[in-house]
Amino acid sequence: MDLQYTQEQLAFKGEIASFLKAKLPERLSERIRQGQDLTKADMEEWHAILNAAGYLSGGWPAEFGGAGWDAVQRHIFEDEMSKANAPRIVPFGLSMLGPVLQAFGSKEQQDHYLPRILNGDDWWCQGYSEPGAGSDLAAVRTTAVREGDHYIVNGQKTWTTLGQFANMIFCLVRTSKEGKLQEGISFLLIDMETPGIEVRPIVLIDGTPEVNEVFFDNVKVPVENLVGEENKGWTYAKYLLTHERTNIAGVGFANAGLENLKRIARLEQDGGKPLIENPHFAARIARVEIELMAMSTTNLRVVSQAAAGQAPGAESSMLKIKGTVVRQEINALTRMAVGPYAMPFASDALEDGSNAELVGPDYAAPVTGEYFNNRKLSIFGGSNEIQRTIISKAILQL
Amino acid sequence: MNFDLTDERQMLQDGLRRLLADSYTPAAHKAIEEGDTGFSADIWNSLAEMGVVGALFGEDDGGFAGAGFDLALVFEEMGRVGAVDPLIDTAVLGGGLVAALGDDGQKKLVDEVIGGGAQLAFAHVEPTSRYDLARVDATAAKAGDGYALTGRKAVVVNAPAAEHLLVSARTSGKAADESGISLFLVPAGAAGLRLRSYPLVGGGQAAEVTLDNVPAELVGPEGGAYEAIAAANARAVLAISAEALGLMEVIKDLTIDYLKTRKQFGVPIGKFQVLQHRMSDVALEVEQARSAVINLAGHVDAAPEVRDVHVSATKNLIGTVARLVVEESIQMHGGIGMTNEYELGHLAKRLTMVDHRFGDADHHLERFIALAVA
Repeated sequence: MDLQYTQEQLAFKGEIASFLKAKLPERLSERIRQGQDLTKADMEEWHAILNAAGYLSGGWPAEFGGAGWDAVQRHIFEDEMSKANAPRIVPFGLSMLGPVLQAFGSKEQQDHYLPRILNGDDWWCQGYSEPGAGSDLAAVRTTAVREGDHYIVNGQKTWTTLGQFANMIFCLVRTSKEGKLQEGISFLLIDMETPGIEVRPIVLIDGTPEVNEVFFDNVKVPVENLVGEENKGWTYAKYLLTHERTNIAGVGFANAGLENLKRIARLEQDGGKPLIENPHFAARIARVEIELMAMSTTNLRVVSQAAAGQAPGAESSMLKIKGTVVRQEINALTRMAVGPYAMPFASDALEDGSNAELVGPDYAAPVTGEYFNNRKLSIFGGSNEIQRTIISKAILQL
Repeated sequence: MNFDLTDERQMLQDGLRRLLADSYTPAAHKAIEEGDTGFSADIWNSLAEMGVVGALFGEDDGGFAGAGFDLALVFEEMGRVGAVDPLIDTAVLGGGLVAALGDDGQKKLVDEVIGGGAQLAFAHVEPTSRYDLARVDATAAKAGDGYALTGRKAVVVNAPAAEHLLVSARTSGKAADESGISLFLVPAGAAGLRLRSYPLVGGGQAAEVTLDNVPAELVGPEGGAYEAIAAANARAVLAISAEALGLMEVIKDLTIDYLKTRKQFGVPIGKFQVLQHRMSDVALEVEQARSAVINLAGHVDAAPEVRDVHVSATKNLIGTVARLVVEESIQMHGGIGMTNEYELGHLAKRLTMVDHRFGDADHHLERFIALAVA
């Protein structure tokens, strides 16, 4: 038992911290700190900086141009990024599709797509959910029918995050109606420029068009865009979900959120004293901080198992539940902390280049939006109820 | 960063787990309940022989381990069998305080404790002090070469079996001052010392202690015992938190087994999603409790300002999770969970009482706010 990082890990941590100090543009970290939206150009700028330093692909194996970081190093990197208010890496190409292509893609697919993910030529989005396939993902009905050298794709995907910026989408499509639902699904890479694709934004309750619907009407996709084998897509999708879950606790986000909450609670006045001195409010902050302290260690226990070569299993379901509940509580407390100034609708003012004047203190503007936006945390990536079912089957064996 | 046990600790864990499994039979539990010391002398002796008491002390004090992770390991195992031995009272508190403050002559008592030959109790809590460590009303007055103690001490665990009491009393200052608190050794049977003994919920024995001009021997500096008491208290919080973790683990396992075997409506009740999800939450919170114990084990010997943040964070979380585990496990067991005969009852009572020693969840939330939030 040793809670301290090794000398090598400390050196790595120092390297990342000094890189961020030197190379993270203050304009971007300031926007993140203030809860403002980033443009596509902002995100691409940050990816390019990370890529130039070799950090964008840090978690990829060396044979695909990565640094081969282990789980502890990935954790340290993510932790330092959050602490520095760095924009988060857009995960769809890098940590979702990348590992799937590395494990199951053809040599041609790997050679073509992996470098394009790193240098920013492609912006990927994820075509998993459908109107009738949410938690029950195996119920996808979008079809891909083989005709000569092409698949003809028809159907609809939804909740496609940042699909408005993407030029490529990886999709789960139905290629067979025989047997179990899971056995007729394939994993297909589709160019968003192909005729027959239409993207419609969905405005969420915080007022942001973060997600989209994607419609496919007789879309022709070359057969070489099939990943792995036909009807084996469910296996690849599950593999992807495991990778998606390695940073599922979001400890870095929670720490940054807690720090912001305490800062606000020291500035806000309540009965002529700082709000943080209100014993009732202080107790709410203390409870969530205590949960977060324990969760950070739960996260490190899983990270350290993963670094020792054990695949993250159902323990990541526990981290998903606890991590999202803690972050949502921090969001709720932050909304409560700003009092009446939670009420002005500030969506436009938070956009890049907006000249609109904020109402109330600048820290108050994003908090209501963030509170509503982060209700998604306990819904996406397998809702917290799905996670409980996974825990009861895989760990408790009920 | 490494969460694996060292080889030495793995050996200690294996040996202790075997010893406790062999010792804590249902018959042994029953005999202890019917006896008048609150524990089994045989089991105590075999624990001492195996070196379990010594594992709670550092080499400087005649032990062989004594780090936070050693305490966590030993007490988690004790919790797993619902053990009632007064290891916290005799070793962590009593032995720990004498080791920290005693002179060479007094420290011989620590060797006796490690060898299994002495029982101690720490008489600190008073009828109105609740969980406030600095609130000491008992007084010590100079009397000849020594001191004479007067006051009342409350729920002094293991006092009925103890050959010596370690008694805190005020030699100067006001009721809640940290300075002015001194520590004294009082042999059982001293003149003016009266014990009213009783059994505790969840096992063990305690006494209400009345001191009326009791002759006593000073341990450590006059008026300067507070920091040693706070340090020993921190280690006791770690010990009881780890014990609580062991209790949670075994209660969790019992409940999962019950969900798999109990049939209603023609199926094991564990097939019902409403129970699966409740059980998943219990399992998840027990993992949080394990992390909280690890956090405190890693910081229990740190500087007081760092140590005390972890003491309060951990004890608050343990108290919160303990209540969830107890109430959910009884509820999911249904009627059988209400019976005194089924083993859940003893474990649930012992786990519930954890919140009543060394500060409950609310007490530590308030401490945490003062130390880390405000």
